[in-house]
Amino acid sequence: MESVGLFPVLALSATLFVTGMAGVLTRKNALIVFMSVELMLNAVNLAFVAFSRQTQNLDGHVFAVFVMAVAAAEAAVGLALVILLFRNRITVSLDDLNILKG
Amino acid sequence: MTQPVLFYLFSLVAALSGLSVITARNPITSALSLVLCFFCLAADYVLLDAHFVAVIQVLVYAGAIMVLFIFVIMLLNIRDDIPSPLGDVSGRAIVGLIVSGVMGIGLITAMDKGIRDATFTAVDENYGTIQAVGMELFRAGGPFLLPFEVISALLTVAVIGAVILAKKEI
Repeated sequence: MESVGLFPVLALSATLFVTGMAGVLTRKNALIVFMSVELMLNAVNLAFVAFSRQTQNLDGHVFAVFVMAVAAAEAAVGLALVILLFRNRITVSLDDLNILKG
Repeated sequence: MTQPVLFYLFSLVAALSGLSVITARNPITSALSLVLCFFCLAADYVLLDAHFVAVIQVLVYAGAIMVLFIFVIMLLNIRDDIPSPLGDVSGRAIVGLIVSGVMGIGLITAMDKGIRDATFTAVDENYGTIQAVGMELFRAGGPFLLPFEVISALLTVAVIGAVILAKKEI
């Protein structure tokens, strides 16, 4: 990777992060919103690993492992919430979730 | 000199499959595109000498987490009832696209000349292996010992929370 450089890796990371952000802000299906969040977490992991490779230490790798553990916990609780929601309202559309709207 | 070719190839596929995640009508299509994206990112990790992170990416993300997603999608059996990929174009969708576009331009332009000119230097062959990452993680007196234990408590709490939320009668 000596001939590629840091910038293309960070550009890919930024592209994936913005893609995930667009998904979170525009989609209505709760499951696809969750998948977009996973995409954003992966973009951040890629930036961690790229900077870690650049500075030649391993802290970024350890952080990437921590981020994956937190993402696994988030996915488990989030999908349980989606199942609970579907059981009560028979929908996963975020537009129908407005009971807290004042 | 095959490394740059492989990197750009996998990056292109990762970006396109990431786009497919948010534009697909069917959640299953989204989930499978996300699996493809994760595999391409794992290949990029290998090219960045992060061997352990690449293995964990395939095992935990493409394996465990995405199986959970696909399992829930099939369990709920949702019909794709939206007419167009982005739903009916609402004010929220337009604002969301503008905000993320500005964010993307901002992120790319924020990388100054120092980052644009930065190149990678050669690392020793032990870099990024399970042994090296493990030594960093569990080094006595190192900063990651307490966070590692806290993460295990967090995963336990998440498992118990998920069971309590999703079970009909406890």
